[in-house]
Amino acid sequence: MVIYGVAILAFCMLAGELAGDYLGVLVGVQANVGGVGIAMILLLILTNLSHKKLHISPLTDSGITFWSALYIPIVVAMAAKQNVIAAVSSGWLAIVAGVAAVVVSFALIPVLSRIGKGDKP
Amino acid sequence: MTDLLVQVLSENGIITSFLFVGVVVWVSYLVSDKLSKGRIHGSAIAITLGLVFAYFGGVATGGSKGVADIPLLAGVGILGGAMFRDFAIVATAFGADIEAIKKAGVAGSISILLGVIVSFIVGSVVAVLFGYTDAVSISTIGAGAATYIVGPVTGTALGASSQVIALSVGAGLIKSVLVMVGTPFVAPWIGLNNPHSAMVYGGLMGTTSGVAGGLAATDPKLVPYGAMTATFYTGVGCLLAPSILYLLVLWLAGK
Repeated sequence: MVIYGVAILAFCMLAGELAGDYLGVLVGVQANVGGVGIAMILLLILTNLSHKKLHISPLTDSGITFWSALYIPIVVAMAAKQNVIAAVSSGWLAIVAGVAAVVVSFALIPVLSRIGKGDKP
Repeated sequence: MTDLLVQVLSENGIITSFLFVGVVVWVSYLVSDKLSKGRIHGSAIAITLGLVFAYFGGVATGGSKGVADIPLLAGVGILGGAMFRDFAIVATAFGADIEAIKKAGVAGSISILLGVIVSFIVGSVVAVLFGYTDAVSISTIGAGAATYIVGPVTGTALGASSQVIALSVGAGLIKSVLVMVGTPFVAPWIGLNNPHSAMVYGGLMGTTSGVAGGLAATDPKLVPYGAMTATFYTGVGCLLAPSILYLLVLWLAGK
């Protein structure tokens, strides 16, 4: 059933958000620490387990893949609700700081990507 | 007649947002196909178009939520809000390669830590160059260069002025928009074409919306890997910026 897939997804997200919030309280910050990341790992584990043991039906799968496919449209909606005005009118300091942070971070990607890649069997 | 139309559209806000986003995506893929001959990805155009709409929405209403401040398009705010965004991001993990994630785990974790620290340093240096001398302001702007959430959280914790907090949010917003738009263009240069570098990318950039948009416009298959590390970034930033990193700045600035 399609709803089973949606429900599994909902369970993973809520459990992840809760864990992320607890983690935030635990380390004493006013933010969710990795809630979505934990939810993703949970979904990976759950679906891998149940595919082997419970035989998830393709319909259940489609309850998850539908939301995965809606990802780009949702991101477009997210872009359309950004505070772009505040971003472009926030003055030179903010612009320089933001641009510089992005440029330096981009430059570090090839460097860090080497870590853990050399150990091919 | 138009009154009724407006009423129907705004009463069914989220349904209207499906239609709105559907049309934006359709037009974008048409432009990608016909005008750029497929060179610029349709979703990259759609995201840029979304940002342009957000700009004009802000001009028209003076609000802070882009087109979502227009009552007709309020549903876009729900569809594009954190709840649906995170739900869809989690869904992209379905079918992701666990082995690839495990293998990039170390590089991904290092990239989160380094990403927060590097962005903080860059932001702080810029703040100093612009004449800020007190540790609280420097740290708040540095934190804003991490993400637009780390900035205000740090600023509030340290008691920064509201003007400085606004600056930190501005720096974070610039970063997020630039990552969204710029990623597909720099991707070939920085080797962003496999799960491994996508996890490093997510950890270094850290802005969830920027990473979500940037990877969607580059290669949607990489989304789960980048998103996974990016979601830890803001938490780590909120942990480090007002504590260790602030103390470091205080020690260097002397006040």
